[in-house]
Amino acid sequence: MAQDDARSGDTFLLKVEDIHMAFGGVAALTGVNFEVKPGEIFSLIGPNGAGKTVMMNCINGLYRPQRGCIFFDGQLISGISPHQRAKMGISRTFQKIELFKGMTVLDNIRLGRHIHLKSGILSGSIYFGKTAREEIESRTFIEEEIIDLLEIEHIRNHVTGMLPYGMQKRVELARALALNPKILLLDEPLAGLNLEEVEDMARFILDINEEERWQVTCVLVEHDMGVVMDLSDRVMALNFGEKIAEGTPKEIQNHPDVIKAYLGEVEELYVTRR
Amino acid sequence: MSPDDEKGYPGEIEITHDLTISKLFLKNAETFGEQKVAMREKEFGVWIPYTWREYLENVKFLSLGLVSLGLQRGDKVVMIGDNRPEGLWAEMAAMCAGGIGVWLFQDCLMDEVQYIVDHSDSKFYFAEGQEEVDKALAIKDQCPKLTTVIWDDPKGMRNYNDPILISLKEVQELGRELDHQKPGLFEDVVNQGKGDDICLLFYTSGTTALPKGALLTHYNMLTMGRNLMRVDPCYETDDFVSYLPFAWIGEQMMSISCGLQVGFTINFPEEPETSQENVREIGPHVMFAPPRLYEQYTRTVQVKYLDATWLKRKAYELAMKIGYHVADLKFEKKPIPWYWGLLNYLAYLWCHEKLRDHLGLSRVRNAYTGGAAMGPDHFRFFHAIGVNLKQIYGQTEIAGISVVHRNGDVKFDTVGKPIPETEVRITQEGEIISKSPSVFQGYYKMSEETGNTLRDGWLHSGDTGFIDGDGHLVVFDRTKDIMILNDGSKSSPQFLEARLKFSPYLKDAWVIGDHKPYVTAVICIDYNTVGKWAEVRGITYTSYPELSQLPEVYELVKRPVMEVNKTLPGPAKIRKFVNLYKEFDADDDELTRTRKIRRSFVEERYKDIVDSLYSDIDTIHMDTTITYEDGRVVEIKTDLNVAEVPI
Repeated sequence: MAQDDARSGDTFLLKVEDIHMAFGGVAALTGVNFEVKPGEIFSLIGPNGAGKTVMMNCINGLYRPQRGCIFFDGQLISGISPHQRAKMGISRTFQKIELFKGMTVLDNIRLGRHIHLKSGILSGSIYFGKTAREEIESRTFIEEEIIDLLEIEHIRNHVTGMLPYGMQKRVELARALALNPKILLLDEPLAGLNLEEVEDMARFILDINEEERWQVTCVLVEHDMGVVMDLSDRVMALNFGEKIAEGTPKEIQNHPDVIKAYLGEVEELYVTRR
Repeated sequence: MSPDDEKGYPGEIEITHDLTISKLFLKNAETFGEQKVAMREKEFGVWIPYTWREYLENVKFLSLGLVSLGLQRGDKVVMIGDNRPEGLWAEMAAMCAGGIGVWLFQDCLMDEVQYIVDHSDSKFYFAEGQEEVDKALAIKDQCPKLTTVIWDDPKGMRNYNDPILISLKEVQELGRELDHQKPGLFEDVVNQGKGDDICLLFYTSGTTALPKGALLTHYNMLTMGRNLMRVDPCYETDDFVSYLPFAWIGEQMMSISCGLQVGFTINFPEEPETSQENVREIGPHVMFAPPRLYEQYTRTVQVKYLDATWLKRKAYELAMKIGYHVADLKFEKKPIPWYWGLLNYLAYLWCHEKLRDHLGLSRVRNAYTGGAAMGPDHFRFFHAIGVNLKQIYGQTEIAGISVVHRNGDVKFDTVGKPIPETEVRITQEGEIISKSPSVFQGYYKMSEETGNTLRDGWLHSGDTGFIDGDGHLVVFDRTKDIMILNDGSKSSPQFLEARLKFSPYLKDAWVIGDHKPYVTAVICIDYNTVGKWAEVRGITYTSYPELSQLPEVYELVKRPVMEVNKTLPGPAKIRKFVNLYKEFDADDDELTRTRKIRRSFVEERYKDIVDSLYSDIDTIHMDTTITYEDGRVVEIKTDLNVAEVPI
């Protein structure tokens, strides 16, 4: 399979080189390097405050690292603004849900698509010809590819803020997908979900990664070690802003530094959900 | 309507012993062709129509595909999945090829699936998607007769390559090839069928023992549909929404028995979760649902009422007062004075119409309920808002129904009068027995049970009842469930439970009292409504077990119990009750798949609770384990409070 070639080959979709990021005297990231290959699920793990979310924010452009380069799809993106990175195909979800709570689920998802719409305010208000066609295409895409995939038909017209937490998490994923991304940054997509919701979400992540239609590369930040180890192709462990290990889930699980960083918590974390 | 009027309905077709469901299907497809929509499915947010020609094509190639995969006449084809066109195509395709359809409830657990697939000797298994395929793959080694598993939803199926699997599209492709080689084969196969061939093997829910497979013929199914429609005709232009499990005879009765004879349009909801919304969009003309659905409707209305603003609440109260008054006049068969008629019309405009629209009942001509007892309060409610709700009585063994209310002759404590060609009698022991052309052929591979149920052509129901002065059948309860109270009188637990469930806060109730000093109840609160009630009042809770045991919740539950007690004679009054720490669940074998309580099972399971209800204990220590589907075992330690009801 072409995907497997990509995974084993030297090509990369995202490359992070020597990233340094400090907030005042606190060094959140010090000289982190890693590469994400096309088609893989790459996980970032580490104790609280290890710098995982900071790394995500650097990749999508919310933070500007003080030093270091980020390459995406063969292009240096360190100097590019977040919305341009989004247009290039970098999409994300947030640890704490960042939806527009007063809007419906459908509107939230459509917002994720907005960046790809070409028509402006004027033609949009007339809604004719090309604009209408574009709108219908976009709506078809959302219905057939996203709402169906994530099984949210029953809430498409509900106001987002009124939904249960687990559903909001799913809507956030839907909005991220509406961008039709090349890479998806998932920041703790399973936090706060119950067992059933975790299983659903894990299945969706796999679908998005493997389904022929999508095949989106994923960068996953997650504390649920069971899921991380099951889903990931490769895992990188951070501690106090430094990379302490990188490898297959098996290698990471047995890595002495990782175990030390978690003070033996890994095993404990691994069993929490089971 | 007098029996003389029930000789036939406009457009009635002649049902002979030669006619089969498949022949009728072929005839309809030829008559309607492209001109008429046979079914619709909501997908990707839009209603997608299928004309009769498309319906025919899908069924034809699927049917031939089955033949080319080795389906012989009389082979069983098991089906599992949500209501969707593919499900009906599969059933029709199996019937057309001379096969026998077997439906499984979508939420059946592995061992139930295994039992039915194995017991029915099924060769083919139609699965909707990944979940159902997983079930099939897990049991295929235990069911050696199973040769092929067919699936239609590709989602999540990318890594499945077991040789037993084949997609519905591929089967249709095989059928297309066969049609190419032997044109006219499909019509030949269909025409080989006879009305007395078995078309469905229907597993009954079984409140006591293992499920039994009732054998039904084409003739059984078609005559039942015809006789029902002689009472209440359906029309070609009608819309029907199919969203209740196909494994329930009531759904077969509407979709197949009635639907095919008149050719009305069947609509399938997008997802089970959206069915209520979709029903509203369609506004069906006829519906048949078990009482729990109507109970859910009344619960919804009552909860929304509690949430509404003052003005809306008052408007509702007034409209309902008028509605109830007019409904009661109708029940008593008294004329409705013109001013009440006018008031009722106004109430319809400002309230009932909106209510009916929200419930999806705005166009409904006949709404039926059956399968279990429904409380009179629910009945009055629906008639008050102008919905022509009628009770149906019947069994799977009589292809669905044998008794129904007539228009203008609805009594909520009865189930109505027998449909044409149906005789209903009461034996000396008080058992209801019936005879009609729709009585089944026996249970599959269970001759002893068949002998007990079917004697000289009479179907013995196991229900106790009587026929009242107006000729209406009154069903008291399952014979084995009837309680003998402490004064020797008989009482029906089902009746008490149905009354209790009129409260929006009570989801399930289980009434105990057979040969006991007094009557007690075990209550399952409705997590949603009680949870919301608690939230509004700032009462904190973390889980169902905790919420159910709060003293405030006990007070809340006590009210409807006392309300019900008011109407009951002394010995039948409920003296004590306890809120259970969980809801009854079919997965735990506490309910059947159609949500009837399996009494002997729960009596065994909750023996400690029953014992405590008949002692002086006021707190019951529960220490039980729950095994989840994936094998996890969770220990539950909780205290249950016993509440006494003041009398």
